[in-house]
Amino acid sequence: MLMLACPWCGERPEGEFICLGEAVRPRPLDPSALGDAEWAAYVSDRRNIRGRHDERWWHVRGCNTIFTIGRDTVTHQVFAGTQDEAAP
Amino acid sequence: MTAIRLSSGGVIDRTRPLSFSFDGLSLGGFAGDTLASALLANDVMLVGRSFKLHRPRGLFGAGYDDPGSMVERLGPRPATNQLATTTMLEEGGVYRSVSTWPSARRDVGAVVQLFARLLPAGFYYKTFMWPTWHLFEPFIRGAAGLGRVPGVDAWEPVGESRFGSCDLLVVGAGPAGLAAALVAGRSGASVILVDDGAAPGGRLPGDGGDPEGWTSACWRELATLPKVRLLPAATAWGYHEHNLVSVLERAPRGAPGLDLRNWKIRARQVIVAAGAFERPIPFADSDRPGVMLASAVRTWLGRFAVRPGGQAVVFTNNASAYGTALALADAGAAVTLVDARTEPEPQAVAALASAGVTLARASLVTKAHGRSRVEAVDVIDDGGQVRRLPCDLVAVSGGWNPAFHLASQTRQARSIWHDELATFVADHGPASFRLAGAARAEFEPVSCALDGALAAGEALATLGLRAHAFETPHLSEPFVARRVEPVWFVPPRRKADKVFVDLAGDVTTDDVGLALREGFDSMELLKRYTTAGMGVDQGKSGNVNVIGIVGALTGATTQTVGTTTFRPPFVPVEFGAIAGQRNKARLYPWRHTPLTDWHIARGAVMYEAGLRWQRPGYYPLPGENWSAAAAREARAVRQAAGVYDGTPLGKFQLKGRDVPRLLDLLYISDFSKLGPRRGKYGVMLSDDGLIMDDGVVFRLDEQRWLLHSSTGAADRVHQHIEQVLQVHHPEWQVSLIPVTSQWANATLCGPMAREVLAALQPDFDITREALPFMGMAEGMIGDIPVRLFRVSWTGEASFELNTPARHAAALWDKIMAAGAAFGITPVGSEANHILRVEAGYISTGHEVDGTSDAFDLGLGPLVSRTKPDFIGKRSMELRRRVDPERFELVGLLPTEPSRRVPEGAPITPAGDRVDQEGFVSACVSSVVHDRIIALGLLRNGRSRMGETVHARVRDEVIPMTVVDPVFHDADRARVKS
Repeated sequence: MLMLACPWCGERPEGEFICLGEAVRPRPLDPSALGDAEWAAYVSDRRNIRGRHDERWWHVRGCNTIFTIGRDTVTHQVFAGTQDEAAP
Repeated sequence: MTAIRLSSGGVIDRTRPLSFSFDGLSLGGFAGDTLASALLANDVMLVGRSFKLHRPRGLFGAGYDDPGSMVERLGPRPATNQLATTTMLEEGGVYRSVSTWPSARRDVGAVVQLFARLLPAGFYYKTFMWPTWHLFEPFIRGAAGLGRVPGVDAWEPVGESRFGSCDLLVVGAGPAGLAAALVAGRSGASVILVDDGAAPGGRLPGDGGDPEGWTSACWRELATLPKVRLLPAATAWGYHEHNLVSVLERAPRGAPGLDLRNWKIRARQVIVAAGAFERPIPFADSDRPGVMLASAVRTWLGRFAVRPGGQAVVFTNNASAYGTALALADAGAAVTLVDARTEPEPQAVAALASAGVTLARASLVTKAHGRSRVEAVDVIDDGGQVRRLPCDLVAVSGGWNPAFHLASQTRQARSIWHDELATFVADHGPASFRLAGAARAEFEPVSCALDGALAAGEALATLGLRAHAFETPHLSEPFVARRVEPVWFVPPRRKADKVFVDLAGDVTTDDVGLALREGFDSMELLKRYTTAGMGVDQGKSGNVNVIGIVGALTGATTQTVGTTTFRPPFVPVEFGAIAGQRNKARLYPWRHTPLTDWHIARGAVMYEAGLRWQRPGYYPLPGENWSAAAAREARAVRQAAGVYDGTPLGKFQLKGRDVPRLLDLLYISDFSKLGPRRGKYGVMLSDDGLIMDDGVVFRLDEQRWLLHSSTGAADRVHQHIEQVLQVHHPEWQVSLIPVTSQWANATLCGPMAREVLAALQPDFDITREALPFMGMAEGMIGDIPVRLFRVSWTGEASFELNTPARHAAALWDKIMAAGAAFGITPVGSEANHILRVEAGYISTGHEVDGTSDAFDLGLGPLVSRTKPDFIGKRSMELRRRVDPERFELVGLLPTEPSRRVPEGAPITPAGDRVDQEGFVSACVSSVVHDRIIALGLLRNGRSRMGETVHARVRDEVIPMTVVDPVFHDADRARVKS
């Protein structure tokens, strides 16, 4: 069970959170401006990284904040903040 | 009689004799004995039969590394799968061997041995596949397994789960662990020390390496330190992320009645000083009772004062077994030591000579003789000369494997080959994790203690603490493995002889060779194919030998072959220990409305309505079954009035400037024009264009909205909206509060519902004009505040009376009293299901199954034509453009009017065994049509009205006519009345 640093509450055990998956970029404001493939990539493509991975967590049994952290998917080392927002 | 209890020594309490029985024999032991040591003291060598081939087996290791001595405890506290080497002997214990019938001595199943060559590696997969596995399954299930599950009197251990936290967790109280805990404890750190031995000290007390009592002095001092917690009789069995360690404590002190306590300990720093396991050198028939690990023999002698044989052969490839040979000689046994090495350490050789032990250098034991007990061994020297040595005990040492299991479970430490010691060691784990002592391949006790102290110093430094001084203890063990000549097995001299390398799974060197020839050349595959390392000891005794044998047979280096993945649990752990007190509903509690007690008193059969909410399914009268009760309740709603508990429906209060924009993004329809005190039905898609949920939104006033979700979708909808607000549109000003449990809901429905409502004498106008469909009102019913919504999910006029949860019971009583004159009937979810299917309303989990979009379910008219965007729009349009053929909602009438179709039944063209063209999503016995009606999703269904389609249920085909999906109140006149 991970220990995750909520920006409001500090380090709390994983059981208080729900993982919302890879930190995809915010939803495009005008989806109709995107080509079909581009849109499909936004909806479906996830990088599933081995190594440092930016991901969102929701402190649902706590302060309700959704935040993004970096986590190494091999070592579970947690990094504050995000590395890049290039995911679809 | 050759195994005896020595007249003195050991850590047993000779003043407390215990009597017990094993396979019907009445035997005696002492307090402090394990079942295994007591059996040996009684010269019981044969303790069971092997799992697959029913070969006679004895004790092999003295602890968790024993691969075979599983027994059943018939009493007290009947339980199966008890390891004899870790089961403490108790007065009156009754034990029985497993994999045997009627007993280990006379085992009928032993005949299997004659067919051993028909049961090679992978025989399951090869033999029992044709024509089908199911033919063989009952027989295999009967023959497999270790022991029988006890009957009604089975022991149900009382367990609890507890969290712990500390600066430093030390695993193992041998010299390294004791030193680490002592240094950290003296330095003021909070320390938890876990040890699974019968007493602290690791192998020291049994090996006689602690002449000055350093171990007990350490333990006493640790017990006085205020921030140190000692957990004896506890095993660290799993390492999880971020230094969370699972520890199982057996029979915790100071907790009478508690059998098991499972700790989840979060430690800032972890030191694992778990010691090492000795490994054997397998040779032909080395699985015979009387062949044991040298370290086990040392433990029997030192800790339990049991000498397992009078005429011993010690077979080794390293110096550690010299200590065993000397201890045996000291106990009066005649000993021959067979060393595979040409040049043993001179000091060790001299010690043997002065103790009168015969030494055979550069020699190998090639075969054991005897069946249920070893009687002699063949020894071959480097000249090829073979001689037979009579013996009743063989002590084997093939080297030592550091117990770095927890390090490996971090998934960060790799297994590295150590050439000098011919074993695997672990490289670095996480920064806050350290190995110390024998677990790090340091075998000499004083060095172990210093290594532990050093590891503690490093851990303390990272915590900002200064390590306290540590005095080097006086410990002695002259013979430790420093130079190991790898001998993975001794090839048999006759081809027919078997060399068992994994005793728990009856795996021979031939099996390993066969698996390799069949292409299972990765260790992970080979393990699963041969079952080597998958038995009781999880490879603790034989796994490194298997790796070495694979290397020898393939020519690969041991490093290249590599270890298999180490996974928790390190030792068998009872599920009851992990669950603790959180069994059944305590693990995952039910949600109850304030009316549960009323429903149950009324005789309701309760259902789960989604997300653990308990709701009445139906309220049977005496003699009524579920379908009769549901039909009676549904009829009451169609003809008079019903009331149901709608409390579990998901409710979210929204407030803020940007709520209209939010609703427009969430729902397929236009919501921004929704005026105060009005409601609107909405369908929510996810961005894959498929329906997530549906429900009604009411605008309570200028500022506030109340959004309803399906019961089961409430958490999903909550997550969805929070993501929109926090991730996608953090600039919007909206507050979202889940209020599901704050509001109870009693829904009046039926043609007489308005009369019942009038009889409740609300202080607000309930005329049709003041309170139209999708209208709302707020006011009082007597002294109860209510909020009324006009929504319908039944096809009748409905009034949802919402009240703060604390008033729910009082409101319900008033409704039942006021409604009595109108025949009001409480309605459960079975009747609700009938009513909504008749009315053709969709339901999450039935028609909304994660594959349907708004058009599929006939909701196309709701899709906004003016909004440029809403969640799901882009994908829904894209999907429909690419593949316009969709499963569409239809009504279905079975040709046979009384034929019920199972919900979920596939619809296939002509009922053939081909791909489905739809499925039956709901099927009920209609009370308005007095026949079976159904809803379904059918490919291009809307253009197939009147067609006959076929549901396929196993080998039966049920014809049905396709009709409009609304069976009742098609113009919604009743709903709007």
